[in-house]
Amino acid sequence: MEAFTTLISTAAPLPLENVDTDQVIPARFLKATTRAGFGDNLFRDWRYHADGTMKEDFVLNKVKGAAILLAGKNFGCGSSREHAAWALYDYGFRVVVSSFFADIFKNNALNNGLLPVQVSDGFLQKLFAAVAADPQQKIKIDLENQQIAIVGRDEAEGFAINAYKKHCLLNGLDDIDFLISKKDAIEKFERRALA
Amino acid sequence: MAGKTLFDKIWDAHVVEAVPDGPQVLYIDRHLIHEVTSPQAFAGLEKRGIPLFRPQQTIATADHNVPTKNQHLPINDPLSKSQVDALIANCARHGVELYGLGHPNQGIVHVIGPELGITQPGMTIVCGDSHTSTHGAFGCIAFGIGTSEVEQVFSTQCILQTRPKTMRIKVNGSLAEGVGAKDIILYIIAQISTSGGTGYFVEFAGSAIESLSMEGRMTVCNMSIELGARGGMIAPDETTFAYMQGRDFAPKGEEWAKNMAFWKTLYTDEDAVFDKEINFAAADIEPMITYGTNPAMGVGVSQPLPVANGDPSFAKALDYMQFAEGQPILDQEVDFVFIGSCTNSRIEDLREVAALVKGRKKAANITAWIVPGSKRVEEQAKEEGLDKILAEAGFELREPGCSACLAMNEDKIPAGKYCVSTSNRNFEGRQGPGSRTLLASPATAAVAAITGKITDVRKFLN
Ligand code: SF4
Repeated sequence: MEAFTTLISTAAPLPLENVDTDQVIPARFLKATTRAGFGDNLFRDWRYHADGTMKEDFVLNKVKGAAILLAGKNFGCGSSREHAAWALYDYGFRVVVSSFFADIFKNNALNNGLLPVQVSDGFLQKLFAAVAADPQQKIKIDLENQQIAIVGRDEAEGFAINAYKKHCLLNGLDDIDFLISKKDAIEKFERRALA
Repeated sequence: MAGKTLFDKIWDAHVVEAVPDGPQVLYIDRHLIHEVTSPQAFAGLEKRGIPLFRPQQTIATADHNVPTKNQHLPINDPLSKSQVDALIANCARHGVELYGLGHPNQGIVHVIGPELGITQPGMTIVCGDSHTSTHGAFGCIAFGIGTSEVEQVFSTQCILQTRPKTMRIKVNGSLAEGVGAKDIILYIIAQISTSGGTGYFVEFAGSAIESLSMEGRMTVCNMSIELGARGGMIAPDETTFAYMQGRDFAPKGEEWAKNMAFWKTLYTDEDAVFDKEINFAAADIEPMITYGTNPAMGVGVSQPLPVANGDPSFAKALDYMQFAEGQPILDQEVDFVFIGSCTNSRIEDLREVAALVKGRKKAANITAWIVPGSKRVEEQAKEEGLDKILAEAGFELREPGCSACLAMNEDKIPAGKYCVSTSNRNFEGRQGPGSRTLLASPATAAVAAITGKITDVRKFLN
């Protein structure tokens, strides 16, 4: 997993609530047996017409190069497919900002170096407004200090993250290495619990 | 000291170690896998050069991607085939029991676990699929995980998890005729929204829940994920034990007695405290139907659709469904009826549908698919002659799999068409690009097939 420290980027606004992972990556694109290439089909049915031509007014067809996705409340609900996190990451997103995240999506994102930043409703509206006023508006995310800021303005907010997950992200460590290091304790548990 | 909730009892018994100020290392008793969310995890394991830690605690089936016709023939779609082939090869290489196509135990992962007796009270069960919550009906902690977490379980039989908060949802009183488990859960979701349970593990309780069969309890727990909850559970009781007795992998003889003693300790103590409690009255629930593009957008069949109040997400959903705010949903014409999915494809569901359509014919405008949850359900339906009743009514009985629940195989609802579906998700395009899904109970779906439109099953019963 790649380490995450600080990111300064423009943002793609998607001001819809309850964006489910079926929209992020529809089921018919889940047939691959590797993790690569899911970005091509990110938001497939919102991005493209059935005949494969682009839907001009969809945000990803208007805003290019943003590493931050701004989304409405309850982002990532529905299916547990980790492919949703892979698709966002593969497309180039490193951060999703919302006022609320679905649980499994949040875990999946963190396990893939994609940072979910949960802000207040009020701050989310400020972000949407700032990006609407100037699509080139930069947003800064500082993981070490757990802060998200609208660059060049006096607007910032702190965000919460589990200390363990923060440590993993800052250092690019993954959970499996950690769990493998606990093998003795796990085997001891098995002898005790399953006896 | 305050007592413990059912959730606390099981969770605490499975914590190997707690990371200070972080998640906990949770031991997993049973790991269920399928073809879609496992290949990348197997690849990860092999990249690390480590073996699958506990293959005997891992059970595999092919369900998401499989055709529901001619399962004895090679799979047509090359991508689906390669995924199913990868599962076969991975299971063989790592010593995992696979109930693949052609196996008498094959079926939707959340249907076969309980029906084979793999799912047992007090266990921790995970699967790379959000509806793993289904298994909670047996009084276990069961939840869906992502592929990186599948790899965690492959590597160590453990998973790193933050302990969720606990919530109890009670449904008290008795249900009206024509109202079933699916209506209960659709009602709860409509009341508390698709994020109302986020961060929580839910215990369902109350007399209306206790009176449900195991099939009904599974339907309720299945859709707890649609509340945003990590999972749902119901304390095991005589109904649970009666269902389990004699199943293939259920304990037998002395083992059964030993387990029973343990299972009987699995309930929430009187003085246990939940982080949140919500109560509903069963009498307030009528047959439910969804009209929008998330499972909380549901109403009683006799109700008009709500009014948007300028909410853009709501307006977008109605536009997608081509419904008008405030319109009645009753008598809305539909095109397809899909009876299937891990929510409602068990034998009880098929019996209920067969009883309603017996001696009747589906409406001319309807295509009706009925996809059993497993080979065993299919066999049982044939044994009971349900297949004939359904065929005479014009239903097409297919072979087991997830089918039009997520339309990964050929079973797709065409763009613009309406489908009354017994599955669990009505997201845009869930049943095929442009498809429009109305979630309902098997009974409501069955009567829609007969009349060709949304119908109040209660009128049908009289
Ligand atoms: S039936 Fe539908 S919800 Fe259930 S496991 Fe299959 S795809 Fe998932």
